[in-house]
Amino acid sequence: MKVAITSTGNSPDSMLDPRFGRCSWFVIYDTETGSTEFIPNPYKNEEEDVGLAVVNLIISRQVKKIISGEFGVKVKSLLDRRQVQLILLKESGFTITKIIELLNH
Amino acid sequence: MSPSFKRPRKILSPPIIKGFKPFGGEADKHNSEPILLLFEEYEALRLCDYDMLTHHQAGAAMGVSRPTFTRIYASVRQKLAQAFAEGRQIIIEGGKVYFDSEWYHCNQCGCYFNHPEPHTKARQCPLCGSHEIAFSESENGLAEESTEVDDFCFCPTCGRKAKHHYGSPCNQMICPDCNTQMRRNRMRGCKNR
Ligand SMILES: [Zn+2]
Ligand SMILES: [Zn+2]
Repeated sequence: MKVAITSTGNSPDSMLDPRFGRCSWFVIYDTETGSTEFIPNPYKNEEEDVGLAVVNLIISRQVKKIISGEFGVKVKSLLDRRQVQLILLKESGFTITKIIELLNH
Repeated sequence: MSPSFKRPRKILSPPIIKGFKPFGGEADKHNSEPILLLFEEYEALRLCDYDMLTHHQAGAAMGVSRPTFTRIYASVRQKLAQAFAEGRQIIIEGGKVYFDSEWYHCNQCGCYFNHPEPHTKARQCPLCGSHEIAFSESENGLAEESTEVDDFCFCPTCGRKAKHHYGSPCNQMICPDCNTQMRRNRMRGCKNR
């Protein structure tokens, strides 16, 4: 299964980016193969409709779970409809490596 | 955690516009980053200064505690002041999702998560796998507050009252007796600053 994690940078030591639509990078982690892919968020600085564009990007990658610090109301309803599970981490200080470790509990 | 527990959904009426642009003066010369207002901040300002609710009432309407509401409200005021003072654009977008009965909290790793299959119960944390999970009743785990606020819209012509519904401005209601546009009861103000 593929999991998307919002990241502040493009390395496993980067921190979770608390923003969903305007995060810097997305990490696509495949729980079966253990592979990670870092994708820069192309919509980061767009003024409008960021949520929808980002949701479409995520959906195109067959992601089933998203880990971030917050989700907008519109984004939540879009993702609910597509049965994507949302996971919120409110505390800062989670690195991508730490989150992947948690996923592999 | 009773299965019949249902927290009322939080009312968030989306703003009718996406933001504001400054004009005149040096507005065009500035290329500064826009100020991002969260929906919840917009909502806080609207409930408090447009619908004239008290912080307590507005917090109840949004499903957050009064201290949380006051913090959101302070943040929106500060952002608006900054946008005005620095001639910056305002974009209204996004924000936190309010936790309701479909959100769970993991006591092990501290995450919150939803459960997209509505007819089953979540059994374990999707992040750390812990079974130490519970329904998250509100953002801060505070006791639920009633969202019933006894406020009303009234007809300025015949005086007919109607219960106010959050998210639908009174001036979009038409008095069933005399077809006048109705108004908000503005007896209350924000007294909790
Ligand atoms: Zn957990
Ligand atoms: Zn009337």
